[in-house]
Amino acid sequence: MIAELGLAALWLAAALSLLQLGLGVATLCLPASEARGEGDHPKGGGGVIDEASPATPPPRYAGSPSPSAMGRQNSYAAAIRPIAVVQALLVGLAFLALIQLFLRTDLSVKLVAASSHSLKPWIYKFAGTWGNHEGSMLLWVTVLAFAGAAVALLERRLPERTLTATLAAQAAIGLGFYAFLLFSSNPFERLFPVPAEGNGLNPLLQDPGLAFHPPTLYFGYVGISVAFSFAVGALVTRDVGPAFARAMRPWVLAAWIFLTLGITAGSYWAYYELGWGGWWFWDPVENASLMPWLAATALLHSVTVLATRDGLRAWTVMLAVVAFSMSMVGTFLVRSGILTSVHSFAVDPKRGAFILVLLALYIGGALTLFGLRVGTVKEGSTFEPVSREGALVLNNLLLSAVLGIVLVGTLYPLAAEAATGEKLSVGPPYFNSAAGPIALLLVAAMAAGPLLRWRRDRLREVAGRIALPILVTALALLALVLLVPGLGILPLLGLMLALGVGAASLAPLWKRKLLRTPLFTWGMVVAHLGIAVALAGMASEAAFTRETLVAARVGETVRVGPYSLRFESVEPLAGPNWTAVEAKLVVRRGSGDPFVLLPQARMFSTPPTETSEAAIATRLDGQLYTVIGKPDGAGRWQLRLWWKPFVTLIWLGGALVALGGLLALVGRVRRERRSPRQEAWA
Amino acid sequence: MKAKNQRLTLLVLAVASVLGAVLLAMSALKDQAAYFYAPGDVAREAPPAGRAVRIGGMVKPGSIERSPDGVTIHFIVTDETPHVIPVRFKGIVPDLFKESSGVVAEGRFDAAGLFVADNILAKHDENYMPPQLDRKKGEHKSESLR
Repeated sequence: MIAELGLAALWLAAALSLLQLGLGVATLCLPASEARGEGDHPKGGGGVIDEASPATPPPRYAGSPSPSAMGRQNSYAAAIRPIAVVQALLVGLAFLALIQLFLRTDLSVKLVAASSHSLKPWIYKFAGTWGNHEGSMLLWVTVLAFAGAAVALLERRLPERTLTATLAAQAAIGLGFYAFLLFSSNPFERLFPVPAEGNGLNPLLQDPGLAFHPPTLYFGYVGISVAFSFAVGALVTRDVGPAFARAMRPWVLAAWIFLTLGITAGSYWAYYELGWGGWWFWDPVENASLMPWLAATALLHSVTVLATRDGLRAWTVMLAVVAFSMSMVGTFLVRSGILTSVHSFAVDPKRGAFILVLLALYIGGALTLFGLRVGTVKEGSTFEPVSREGALVLNNLLLSAVLGIVLVGTLYPLAAEAATGEKLSVGPPYFNSAAGPIALLLVAAMAAGPLLRWRRDRLREVAGRIALPILVTALALLALVLLVPGLGILPLLGLMLALGVGAASLAPLWKRKLLRTPLFTWGMVVAHLGIAVALAGMASEAAFTRETLVAARVGETVRVGPYSLRFESVEPLAGPNWTAVEAKLVVRRGSGDPFVLLPQARMFSTPPTETSEAAIATRLDGQLYTVIGKPDGAGRWQLRLWWKPFVTLIWLGGALVALGGLLALVGRVRRERRSPRQEAWA
Repeated sequence: MKAKNQRLTLLVLAVASVLGAVLLAMSALKDQAAYFYAPGDVAREAPPAGRAVRIGGMVKPGSIERSPDGVTIHFIVTDETPHVIPVRFKGIVPDLFKESSGVVAEGRFDAAGLFVADNILAKHDENYMPPQLDRKKGEHKSESLR
């Protein structure tokens, strides 16, 4: 029953989504015939300040169409908000139904039988709801519908017409997902005969991380699609200006915060769960989350130019299109399985083709709309090359270049195989050597950007402001070359820049009253500092990691970095759905107190898989990472040990970046509450 | 600067940076993309020594040898052709790495033709066949290997 209820709710939600799209289009078409002359009017002047008034809609929407059309338009527009809300409730119900099926391990449902197991701990039954293709697509569309409802309920600043177009765009995006779910990935499909037991969840996914990691990324993807819907709304109603930018910005910021958290958490998860000691593998699936982040970062910076200075109008809309395309590529290519193995297309060609068509429709549609309407976007206000705007353009260009490199590297193997049948893989050497230098350049530009004035600045004055960070950078370089000879070029540049940029990122607070400094300026400072901190962690990990790989007998002592580890014992162990061997390592650093680490090698029976549960000791200056391998047949066990100085800074930096985003978001929202007519110059 | 000119400048900059990135990417790919080789491919056209590649095939029965250090192994990869690739790997092998089953390894050939693996890819289950290998087999139209 629950499955049928969920499916019915899903169908109803899809129907409402169609209705939402239809009403939106109808509303937009109705007055268009009668008010065409009206719509083409240029907005008065530069339109910097006056459009933001939330209370009264601009006169051009209120007065022009004939009374009957007006009445219809109003009733359509009035209906579209509640429809968005009800749609969200229905799809929420469908998602709850699926969770319920997983919690009960209802094996008559194909999806549950395929990816769950009655003996799993309940948290993994719960999180397992979205640990599979169909469930995660349902989660996606649920989040999308709730975001649409939030726009419908909360957004009061935009003209009603623009908002209607925005909600119609949301419905159009949602429809594709509904169609995909209902026609090719129905999560509620029944199975007959009912199997006695489920297949179980991939043991690598049986980790608390699964409960948080995918939803976080999905919030990010969906937030970007909402930002894109705003861009569509603004394009359709020819309303690309600061008001649109300010309505879109909280969504971009929120999406970016979630993406940052998702990537950071995913990186740490891979680090401790995979047992390879690496924190980023340039795996296609990782790239799929990195690419939207890069695009969202660029969008975040350009939307500020649009909101603050009314510059970079078409540019910002283009970035919204790119960011949306990347989040679609991220969602679909990962979900389709095409990236991890070309094989999965052959397994279900219908699903693969469906995904490609949807992808082409979304991205093609977005680009077409942009191409058709970009001519109506008026030039924004101009700026000198040496200015805050100029620095932000540089930021955008460099981010786009990194994005291009990652995109090419991720898709090239697919394209090459499709074109020539040649099989190849693109790995870390490519990404590090191609994207690494540009990323370092970007970080260097980040140091100077916040110290520039809007519109126009003088190089000489900028030089004065940035002198101290440059001095720090030079001293760092000198110290590194003298104290740590033989450092690789990328780690050397990374460490040097991290120190200099760290200093520069604090410079905007220099000579300011800290308590009077706006919250969003704090946000920028914290986020930029976070980048410097993360960079320091990455460079330090690359430069100073010590690794020991040995086969040791019980009782032997092994050294790695500043630690000595005594291999005390090795014991078998059993968990709820796994068995394991566990090594007991007694660890000492110099003459400090000993402590115990217990790395495990686990064997799961359903499906038969082994995972390595690394034991990690976190200290202020780094992490000791221990893994137990195989017996060598002669009484010895393989031990793999790493000492990674300051590796934790990578994720601390990521958390700081997200915190900075949060501060900026709260600061912006509060500032606009207080004085909606003014845009503060950050 | 006039608005029109600025817009044009920005457009040119954007196109230039994306084109530049793609060109850089393509040239880097030429050096860094790791191609996939089965033993038969290596015999026909061996990749230059020191270049990052992937190899794949079957682990020859009885070929796994452990070095006295306990962490280095040698084994031989075969396919349906008479050719083989000798492999050396230092590290912890995945559980499903065993004789007479499929394997994919990342690494590079040394000057003597020995493949030095950095990484042996983990498999999801015993029945798993790396897609590349699967396709390769189709191409070779071999008499089966067993």
